[in-house]
Amino acid sequence: MSFLTSIDEVLPDSRRSFLGKSGLLLSGAAVALLAGQDALAAKGGAASDEDVRILNTALGAELEAIAAYQLGAESGLLQKPALDLAVTFQGHHKEHADVLAKTIAKLGGKPVAAKDKYAFPTDKLKSQADVLRFAAMLEKGAVSAYLGAVPLFGNRDLAKAAAGILGDEAMHWAILRNALGEAPVPSAFVS
Amino acid sequence: MRAFVLSFVFAVGILPAAARTPSSEIKAGEAIYTRCLACHALSYDRTGPRHCGLFGRRAGSVPGFAYSDAMKNSNITWNRKTLDLFLANPTKAIPGTSMGYAGVTDGKERAALIAYLGYANDSAECKKQQ
Repeated sequence: MSFLTSIDEVLPDSRRSFLGKSGLLLSGAAVALLAGQDALAAKGGAASDEDVRILNTALGAELEAIAAYQLGAESGLLQKPALDLAVTFQGHHKEHADVLAKTIAKLGGKPVAAKDKYAFPTDKLKSQADVLRFAAMLEKGAVSAYLGAVPLFGNRDLAKAAAGILGDEAMHWAILRNALGEAPVPSAFVS
Repeated sequence: MRAFVLSFVFAVGILPAAARTPSSEIKAGEAIYTRCLACHALSYDRTGPRHCGLFGRRAGSVPGFAYSDAMKNSNITWNRKTLDLFLANPTKAIPGTSMGYAGVTDGKERAALIAYLGYANDSAECKKQQ
């Protein structure tokens, strides 16, 4: 039994809901935006609706990360230098979010907006270590999320640029683990 | 066979929580679940919807969560089989899903992840929501 045969047995409407991968072909400049390299704009390349959806999901997660670091910074639980780390990493997430939003708009999509309110497990954040562990969990998840997104991009320049963000998230995760007294790089591979 | 029965029992929540000790498969699944934590949590909605109450829930039906049209219209109910098929390759299983993730391609890892989700759904954190 093929995968598609088996999936159709339980997901009868899945194919009908297919939205297609055609349509958005304005990727050149947007890829350059995301990659931070204007020279790429001349190369062109095709991005799909799915690429835009992936970018928007990533943007949603980045906006939540910004809010999470804000919560941590304002919690009164973080002392220097951990507080400086949080503010620096929040700044990186702001840069990610900014370029993701611009790229989505350039591709003809509508960037998701930050939520008015995010749910965070504040009842479990009682110490600096709790906050750092929570941030590390988010960063580890972000590494996995980007790792799972990179192979899906139709536009390989977008994949490369997303991998660049992945690397940044991985460094955040390692530094936060180090700040917690844990092995900063626990294994040879991420998943 | 015994392992299968036990994992089934854990996954469908037949045993009361107090009687359940996480198996090695469930512990492995908990580690795999950390890959989901950029977007998901058990008991509250984030970029992705909450996982408490997942089993038996119609896809795209958590109140107030902004699903893709593809997910809302997928006409599926989450169980071990549908989760296994979806998690193997989400964007192929439900084209148009917002879950832009290549999937958990290893069958054993998917089984462990689903076993953990079943276990977690019987946890105090999830029970509080019922």
